[in-house]
Amino acid sequence: MNTRLISRPVNWNKIEDPVDLDVWNRLTQNFWLPEKVPVSNDIQSWETLRPHEQKLTMHVFTGLTMLDTIQGTVGAMSLMPDARTQHEEAVITNIAFMESVHAKSYSSVFSTLCLTSDIDEAFRWSEDNPNLQKKAEIVLNYYHGTDPLKRKVASTLLESFLFYSGFYLPMYWSSRAKLTNTADLIRLIIRDEAIHGYYIGYKFQLAYNEADPKVQEEIKQYTYDLLLELYENEIKYTADLYDEMGLTADVKKFLHYNANKALMNLGFDPLFPKDECEVNPAILAALSPNADENHDFFSGSGSSYVIGKHESTTDDDWDF
Amino acid sequence: MYDVVYFSSVSENTKRLVEKLGLKSVRIPLKSDEAERFTYDHDSVLVVPTYGSGEEKTSVPKQVIKFLNNPENRKHIKGVVATGNTNFGESYGLAGDIVAKKLGVPLLQRIEILGTPEDIEQLKERLNKLWELQ
Ligand SMILES: Cc1cc2nc3c(=O)[nH]c(=O)nc-3n(C[C@H](O)[C@H](O)[C@H](O)COP(=O)(O)O)c2cc1C
Ligand SMILES: [Fe+2]
Ligand SMILES: [Fe+2]
Repeated sequence: MNTRLISRPVNWNKIEDPVDLDVWNRLTQNFWLPEKVPVSNDIQSWETLRPHEQKLTMHVFTGLTMLDTIQGTVGAMSLMPDARTQHEEAVITNIAFMESVHAKSYSSVFSTLCLTSDIDEAFRWSEDNPNLQKKAEIVLNYYHGTDPLKRKVASTLLESFLFYSGFYLPMYWSSRAKLTNTADLIRLIIRDEAIHGYYIGYKFQLAYNEADPKVQEEIKQYTYDLLLELYENEIKYTADLYDEMGLTADVKKFLHYNANKALMNLGFDPLFPKDECEVNPAILAALSPNADENHDFFSGSGSSYVIGKHESTTDDDWDF
Repeated sequence: MYDVVYFSSVSENTKRLVEKLGLKSVRIPLKSDEAERFTYDHDSVLVVPTYGSGEEKTSVPKQVIKFLNNPENRKHIKGVVATGNTNFGESYGLAGDIVAKKLGVPLLQRIEILGTPEDIEQLKERLNKLWELQ
């Protein structure tokens, strides 16, 4: 009599999808813990913030904590039943774990910079804020839903769009030479989220491309509808947080820019036109020093070729 | 006009970007041994995604390194375009910096993921200018 196959051990020596191994390798190489970032060097800088600026920062961080909590405990896990390979399952466990690291890292910023009573207030705020709760409700609804394609869309939009109303603020402080160590920690999170969004978006596209054209059309429509539903709520959330500092308009551009990137991670065309996505150059520079290159190597004198700023690699193979 | 030589992994973001240019294009094979044997002898611009996430050594896809290790291939590369994602901070588009520097040709532009319509327009303009400059 044949044994019934109950389970198969994952075999990393037999890779079905090279992206699984590649992403696993990057994620594990990128592994970090908040204790590695010297956030305590920001204590003095924190003291220079005015009370409402401190409060805003704490609210923004509890909002981000909530998204990471959702993604770590529900979002990433909801991808597990539809994993196409066992290696994908392993990558999902890594993503879920890193979300928990992200969630915890905000608490380590709080414990370094803030008073317990203020921390408690900020967490209470996150539970009482209607726009934040609404955002959670929308995505959780799809995570608990039955359509695997829709779950992946919701996950990618969370990874690549919903975080950015929050990520804006540490980039803003960093551009003003404030809370720069905290910004370094956030940049580690931002880098992780890029790989998460890429990976979930990629797995989405594999399944999407197999679906029949009618389903494809429906999913595409759903994606833009969900993005707009989330967007409308983000606008309220953003205004609620940033109006006092007069930053709402600036944050909105950052949201448009990232919404377009989220769509691209899903293989869809961007939605917002360029003039609505012109992110403040200081914010873009805080995100990536290479981002805002309006340079034109044609202009200027003679051979003004823009040659890389970086030293060449030491890879042996690279010997020309 | 120059042709386009590009690499794109199985996620094919760069492939879709290049297709929007409407130029003659060839793709460096995914398999390393095939990439090593792959040759292209028309003057071209190279479009290269970045895959390092911090590790400079691994920023340039190995298939692109194999392709460029052949002097016959690299003498035809007249410019470089980098694809990537600003979320990677300092290593945004780093593969383009490395290759452009090695080849002594200009890095024309950095583009994120699939590129917006405006990115594509700008790239077309720059490719035209580079072509006229020769
Ligand atoms: C594991 C991994 C590492 C990456 N590292 C970088 C990086 O260091 N810098 C960057 O600008 N983009 C980086 N990216 C983003 C890719 O360059 C970007 O998604 C590109 O569109 C991929 O092109 P392709 O789909 O044609 O291969 C990385 C993506 C992945 C999945
Ligand atoms: Fe996260
Ligand atoms: Fe994530």
